[in-house]
Amino acid sequence: MRYVMLLEATQPQTPPPAGLMEAIMKLGEEATAAGALIDNAGLLPSAAGARITVTGGDLTVTDGPFTETKEMISYAVYEVRSKEEAVEWCSRFMKVHRDLWPEWAGSCRILQVMEF
Amino acid sequence: MSPNRRSDRPDVRRVVEAVYRIESARIIGALARLVRDVGVAEELAQDALVVALEQWPDRGVPDDPGPWLMATAKHRAIDYLRRQETYRRKLAVVGAEDGFSEETAIVDALDDHIGDDTLRLIFTACHPSLTTESQVALTLRMLGGLRTDEIARAFLTTQASVSQRILRAKKALRGVAFELPPASEAPARLSAVLGTVYLIFNEGYSATAGADWARPELAKEALRLGRVLCGLMPDAPEVHGLTALMELQASRIGARTDAEGRPVLLADQDRRRWDRLLIRRGLAALARAEELGTLGPYGLQAAIAAGHARARAFEDTDWSRIAALYRLLSHVAPSAVVELNRAVAVGMADGPAAGLELLDGLRLPGYPHLPAARGEMLERLGRTAEARAAFAEAARLTRNDAERAVFTRRASSA
Repeated sequence: MRYVMLLEATQPQTPPPAGLMEAIMKLGEEATAAGALIDNAGLLPSAAGARITVTGGDLTVTDGPFTETKEMISYAVYEVRSKEEAVEWCSRFMKVHRDLWPEWAGSCRILQVMEF
Repeated sequence: MSPNRRSDRPDVRRVVEAVYRIESARIIGALARLVRDVGVAEELAQDALVVALEQWPDRGVPDDPGPWLMATAKHRAIDYLRRQETYRRKLAVVGAEDGFSEETAIVDALDDHIGDDTLRLIFTACHPSLTTESQVALTLRMLGGLRTDEIARAFLTTQASVSQRILRAKKALRGVAFELPPASEAPARLSAVLGTVYLIFNEGYSATAGADWARPELAKEALRLGRVLCGLMPDAPEVHGLTALMELQASRIGARTDAEGRPVLLADQDRRRWDRLLIRRGLAALARAEELGTLGPYGLQAAIAAGHARARAFEDTDWSRIAALYRLLSHVAPSAVVELNRAVAVGMADGPAAGLELLDGLRLPGYPHLPAARGEMLERLGRTAEARAAFAEAARLTRNDAERAVFTRRASSA
């Protein structure tokens, strides 16, 4: 079963603590070594992106940033044997943030990829 | 730290199982190094699983469920060692003195070498003293954390027979040291490990018997094991070769059955349904294998699979290159099945007459794909009656229901 995880957050004013990146990398290595994490990447702030909207027959292209929403931070693709496994890996990822960067608040969506 | 609030989490049992599956190999590996018996280590890990199943529903899932399971299992191991007369000797090994510090020393000793332990566990599960069936069952059980009933379902056998296999295997391993193979045996032992993983993959990818054409979950589990092996043996070319092969073959799983679950052959597959992420990973793993040295049997098969993955349409396939790769493969791993596949590739590259000539030199009694390939060549040569007879023979020989349906259809439509 394949899941996409989308992390969104409001970045606090304080810079990320020194150990955060290290801890994230270590967890990523673990998840890769377990054969579960098969793809992931960080996302640039929405200022670097754009949004295309279709409504009422009109197509509009708007450049970022998108101030009305939280920023999307990163995505990850996991291949696991149950939804609970996906939730467990994602929880470990979120706990690293909680424990190392107390000011940080964010959420991660876990979506199952449709497979044929 | 307080237990997690997991509000919409009705079935804690499934959470326990998920955590156990993630952690089982690490836990069993760590315990096996200490108790020097993988069978005992696996039972101690199971004990920890039972404790979690008892406690988590009432007390909540611990904040760090993985380390919790590991710590619980370690305590079981310490209790076990206390009951063993060899306890004193073990303590000498870890250099501890007495009392509580003994426990600390054991626990500290357990904390090292996680990767090495998992590797030892894989080599032990695929030990040459075990039958192939036992190697498969033990690998799925200890490295995959699968339950006996899940293994039984995957191999269309009974739970009792899988339990028997596992029991026999644990018994056979009782005197076997929990060690990596010595350098002189390493190539043969590695080849046994890779063979077991690929056997599991194939049982899932092209079910040899039964109603399903494929059991994707089993193939995916083998692929996961391959990925684990890549992390444990990053410099072994064939490990990457095998994983590349499985990634590339798995990329086609979605396209190789139709809506009714009937097989769709390579030529007829909708390539837009191939899994691009798995193809990308497969090509990367193949590149890694090539970087590390000369391709072995798995690497060559991966290179062949890559030839298909790179072709945007069946007509774009570089059959000459694939035929050449099969020729190399038949040198490093000669077998009649490889010759059969080479004949098919030659038939595509140089025409059906050339392919048929190679096929006619082959003997593969009881193997349905030989008459099926002959049927294909004969049909393209316009020798309809012979083609029909060949497909009918293929249909008679296969033990897979879905495959039989395809051959039967070809026998009447050729």
